[in-house]
Amino acid sequence: MTLRDKTAGEPPRSWVRAVLYDETIRGWVFQGLVLLGLILFAMWVIHNTAANLRAANIPFGFDFLHMRAGFDISQKPIDYTLDSSHAQAFKVGLLNTIIVSVLGIVFATIIGFIVGISRLSSNWLLARAATVYVETLRNIPLLLQLLFWYKAVLSVLPGPRQGYMLPFSTNLSNRGLTMPRPIVGESFDVVMWTIVVAVGIAWALARWARRRQAATGRPFPIFRASLGIVIGVPLVVFLGLGAPLSFEIPELKGFNFVGGMVVHPELIAMLLGISLYTASFIAETVRAGILAVSSGQTEAAESLGLRNRQTMRLIVVPQAMRVIIPPLTSQYLNLTKNSSLALAIGYPDLVAVFAGSTLNITGHAIEVIAITMAVYLALSLITAALMNWFNARVALVER
Amino acid sequence: MSRIETDTVFVRRDFLEPEAPPPSLGGFPGWARKHLFSSPLNIAISLAMLLLLAWMLPPLIRWLFVDAVWTGSNREACLPKDGERVGACWAFINAKLAQFTFGSYPADQRWRPSLVMVSFFIGLAWVAIPKMPRRREATWLMLTAFPVATFWLLYGGLGLPIVETSNWGGLLVTLVVAITGIVASLPLGILLALGRRSKLPFIKIVSVVFIEVWRGVPLITVLFMASVMLPLFLPTGVNFDKLLRALIGVALFTGAYMAETIRGGLQAIPKGQYEGAASLGLGYWQSMRLIILPQALKIVIPGIVNSFISLFKDTSLVMIIGLYDLLGSIQRNFSDANWSTPSIAPTGLIFAAAVFWVFCFSMSRYSMYMERKLNTGRKR
Repeated sequence: MTLRDKTAGEPPRSWVRAVLYDETIRGWVFQGLVLLGLILFAMWVIHNTAANLRAANIPFGFDFLHMRAGFDISQKPIDYTLDSSHAQAFKVGLLNTIIVSVLGIVFATIIGFIVGISRLSSNWLLARAATVYVETLRNIPLLLQLLFWYKAVLSVLPGPRQGYMLPFSTNLSNRGLTMPRPIVGESFDVVMWTIVVAVGIAWALARWARRRQAATGRPFPIFRASLGIVIGVPLVVFLGLGAPLSFEIPELKGFNFVGGMVVHPELIAMLLGISLYTASFIAETVRAGILAVSSGQTEAAESLGLRNRQTMRLIVVPQAMRVIIPPLTSQYLNLTKNSSLALAIGYPDLVAVFAGSTLNITGHAIEVIAITMAVYLALSLITAALMNWFNARVALVER
Repeated sequence: MSRIETDTVFVRRDFLEPEAPPPSLGGFPGWARKHLFSSPLNIAISLAMLLLLAWMLPPLIRWLFVDAVWTGSNREACLPKDGERVGACWAFINAKLAQFTFGSYPADQRWRPSLVMVSFFIGLAWVAIPKMPRRREATWLMLTAFPVATFWLLYGGLGLPIVETSNWGGLLVTLVVAITGIVASLPLGILLALGRRSKLPFIKIVSVVFIEVWRGVPLITVLFMASVMLPLFLPTGVNFDKLLRALIGVALFTGAYMAETIRGGLQAIPKGQYEGAASLGLGYWQSMRLIILPQALKIVIPGIVNSFISLFKDTSLVMIIGLYDLLGSIQRNFSDANWSTPSIAPTGLIFAAAVFWVFCFSMSRYSMYMERKLNTGRKR
């Protein structure tokens, strides 16, 4: 019995088969087909769009941005009148989006961390209350919560005359939160510069303290010292210059307040809704982050003789932050994107002003939606890039 | 005298029963001491929480139940009469319940959406509960025959009178948008996830761009796009349904999120599975279909349920482009002159919140249950 040639049973390989079954060639052909399909689809869409625009008599282009907007916006952080251009309206909308997002992120982070840590508290009542908070708020749509704060809470508040008087001449009524407006004196920028300098000094001090502790092991109460410098020094300068800051107190005249600063109910509803909602997600992130630090770490810290506070600050928090930061970032992004729900309660954010009013007036649907989407996309990509950089910095360095 | 008599030595032969803890540590006092009053800080927190509860709960319960109006046929019932306090206006919900469930679906045809909803929940329970027999067949039925039957029942034709989608509303639209969104986004998500992990550079780029663009923009702009731009993209004269446009937007948006969820599952499959499939001589699609995807999809069931929860909450956004889902139809009724009283807005919104909460909370519990169940089998 002879050994049979293994390949004897197979038909001879022709070059056609070799080409047909070649993985690389197949891959390129497949990709070419997909590309061709995409191009054909894009051409079809562009052709249809051009025809539709011609039929509707709307020329494609961005000239409309310079046309007179002709609508008013209730909250204007920069100059804006009925005669301003759509480009100016866009800027106002974008600024309003940024205002609500930044404030929302600050509040949501504070509330989220408090609730997240509370859920792990040994105090039964506190832990239960935090759980109820999280499980209630995150299972109800944000839009509904916004409508609730706006329609069911803020708009049934009494009018300015019967509004709630809060400390510091602040008044809460159905017109919003009226509060004193700071009026900056001439030498106030000196105080601002002092703050910058103080922060610089505190930073240098922190560096020095870290080096000294690494070299000699002697700790330095850096937190209290920096706090003293950052608050104390500008305060001394501020008082030394004769307190160049005064407040315009709002006064009740007729049926409304005159003077002062008003936070519109729309913004209050947005902030309440968006921060309380996002806080419920941040709380879960924080809880998961703290739980991710194994108990061995805490025990090891205790056996090194660290106090409770030191264990938290030096061992648990740095490791927990590593776990917390990536999901926290996506929560921040979600909050920014969710701020577009402002449209539903009439807060003039980017979507409400630009994709709402401007789109309705000019009819330039494609350009307006494309710009709006591009803004959010850019915000997302920038945040993602920043966070990836930060993440790489705090990532575990494995040896 | 000095000798110890051996027969008096005491040797214990069995264990002592553990003594009861001191009264201060057992029972409720002990529990309270440990969990509520263990330190000055804890005492302060507990007292603050108790005060908060005492301040919040009684008015809330009063408003929701004690002072609430349960029956009535118009706004008169819910108006405060001579100094009397009036709480929630449940009579409003009661009168409008059919509208909140079906929208303006013709009253004599409402058995159709009812039938669809009941059979959907039965089918869902069948597919979702692991111990049910013939789950595989039920799943296929739910994915193939059920959608066709649903379309026929809801829309009409073939002997049933046609009900235009503009008449659909309430919980019906919420469920239709959420379920169509999740079902349509699954295949899209699988393709995109495979594309993102593909070795072919162009396919990978296309998938990454698609996923990141949809994930980077808010759903509301996607819905805007679907409602104003989609008609422009199609040949002149082709005009399709508003609900369908919203559904396309939702499906594309959810598809991108689904792709990332499924990608997580694909990454969790050990490399040996891919290599094993290759060594059996399976091609790419065969190994994906037979080896990788069945395992990957099983791992990501909790993730898919979580996407479904966020989609379910997000359906409320269709209100903004003029569809009347549950929240939209409740909101629309705030301006009903027959019922307009100060208490209907809070009542309606709390009712909607309760409905959404029941759905989302039970789904999140199911997701946690599946997570525990799936965790036992596979540990990476």
